[in-house]
Amino acid sequence: MRRLLWPLVILAALLAVNVLFTPGFFSIQVREGHLYGSLIDILRFGAPLILVALGMTLVIATGGIDLSVGSVVAISGALACLQISQDAGVFTAVVLALGLSVALGVWNGFLVANAGIQPIIATLILMVAGRGLAQLITDGQIITVNDPAFKLIGGGYLLTVPFGILLVLAVLAVTAFLTRRLALGMLIEAVGGNAEASRLAGIRARGIIVMVYAFAALCAGVAGLMISSNVSSADGNNAGLWIELDAILAVVIGGTSLAGGRFSLAGTVLGALIIQTLTTTIYSIGVPPETTLLFKALVVTVVCLLQSAAFREKVFKRRARTAGAQEVAA
Amino acid sequence: MLKRISALVLAGLTAAALTSCGSGGSGGASGADDGSITMGFSQVGAESGWRTANTKSVQEAAKESGITLKFSDAQQKQENQIKAIRSYIQQKVDVIAFSPVVESGWDTVLKEARDAKIPVILTDRAVDSKDTTLYKTFLGSDFVEEGRKAGKWLVESFNNSTDPVNIVELQGTTGSAPANDRKAGFAEVIGADPKFKVIASQTGDFTRAKGKEVMEAFLKSNPDIDVLYAHNDDMGLGAIEAIEGAGKVPGKDIKIITVDAVKDGMQALADGKINYIVECSPLLGPQLMDLAKKVVKGETVPARVVTEETTFTQEQAKTALPNRKY
Repeated sequence: MRRLLWPLVILAALLAVNVLFTPGFFSIQVREGHLYGSLIDILRFGAPLILVALGMTLVIATGGIDLSVGSVVAISGALACLQISQDAGVFTAVVLALGLSVALGVWNGFLVANAGIQPIIATLILMVAGRGLAQLITDGQIITVNDPAFKLIGGGYLLTVPFGILLVLAVLAVTAFLTRRLALGMLIEAVGGNAEASRLAGIRARGIIVMVYAFAALCAGVAGLMISSNVSSADGNNAGLWIELDAILAVVIGGTSLAGGRFSLAGTVLGALIIQTLTTTIYSIGVPPETTLLFKALVVTVVCLLQSAAFREKVFKRRARTAGAQEVAA
Repeated sequence: MLKRISALVLAGLTAAALTSCGSGGSGGASGADDGSITMGFSQVGAESGWRTANTKSVQEAAKESGITLKFSDAQQKQENQIKAIRSYIQQKVDVIAFSPVVESGWDTVLKEARDAKIPVILTDRAVDSKDTTLYKTFLGSDFVEEGRKAGKWLVESFNNSTDPVNIVELQGTTGSAPANDRKAGFAEVIGADPKFKVIASQTGDFTRAKGKEVMEAFLKSNPDIDVLYAHNDDMGLGAIEAIEGAGKVPGKDIKIITVDAVKDGMQALADGKINYIVECSPLLGPQLMDLAKKVVKGETVPARVVTEETTFTQEQAKTALPNRKY
């Protein structure tokens, strides 16, 4: 729990800044038959990032990394919209898109676990080629679809709550159950700690690795459906662009080490929420677009410094010591 | 196994290099022999329906005017474009045309083209080079004028009221020429009357997803929005969804002005969800081929040629929509 203290403090601070600029920031109303408010926006637009980051957490816990999730987001959305535009039916479209996503994840896992290629290189292949594949599917165009059932996934509401948020809660619950109530989480951490040692201890390390990459791609696939459904169109060039970097950042802010081993699902969710809140903050307080990236970089730097135990030790210990010294002198 | 694969890859690369040299040689020769024109064209990419229509227009116009076209797609990367231009120089094409991905960093490669005595035509987007002898002419839309047209419509449609008009702006990709210029032209026209106030302005990266996300935030932090000005149709389409989600009626509660006039945008205009669209036409192929013929012959051409384009109201959109190509 202590690991989550700093991310929580940062999230609270960001929200507090928003209230200063927008007094009604915390108000949630029911409008047009659904929940409406800035906090709902953060959850709704943050939902795809949370999903992608969840998958990324497990990959990173095995000591790997998946750069291809952004491309999988684009491919999944593109394939689903293409199918729907050809009257294939929403169910078929979703199944095909998610099926292809999982297949791409298995491919990543195969390259890492069986071919022994370093994860950053293995997934870089799909990161570059995947966006090309998405453009191939959409023919370089934006495919617009008008389907109320598809709209539900990322832009619709169930019992006044945005469906995307419910979807994330469901995936989170299943993941938490599988990794924290069953032995799977421990096996993943063991593989991340030392793949060879865990294999010798009787864990099927390769199988675990292929599984986490497939899971990451599945999460990315669902996120892709949400993103394209939210705007009723598939954009092979821009959907999920750079989301892999945001996801990695979310995982790191959440306190999971890139070296593999221990991981924190709650930390990742917090990390993703911090990133989305930061984006919303920029829009609401009106940071000029030219300085947006600088502003983001500054906040993220502060977040990372606060997360670093070594940095906290140096700064806060020294201050405590000087304060003590002054007392003695007085 | 790995060795064999790398050998295969190497062989493939060599073959590709050889064939490209071969075709380049023959292209240069044909250009010199029979007086026909070969044009090397480097496109930005295929990021939108607009761009695809632009590509098709160039390809069709080249075919019609008997110009041999060597086409390459830079996939949004400047280094790809520089590579393409260098290869056109090596192939000794008669004229090079390209749409620069970004504004800066072109001096070196354009000097190489000038040294090889190959004229260069910029299409659609400009470069910020101070040395204007590096290219013959710039054919494309006047983005500042597009911004002005949007501003003029706004001023005219609100000239009966003295109430303050709160405007939010969705900018294009930060630092890109269309974003800078459309913002500047619009600000210039509405700046004359203090009742017009831009209360929020953020980038939506020219995409629907970002347009929607930013508009959601605008709607929460600014309760009174009268007008939305989006630098392209796609951001406007995303924003429409956000406005509808907030229980407001796009086109009525919030007036919407966009730029581009792609098919989806025109549909929304005809449906009354957008109020006014300033066209940014991609169909500059025929004009480009005319200019190419002139510069190859050595005739002087104006340094700046503006694409022929118009504006659309909701009524005009209904009549124009059935014939819209892109």
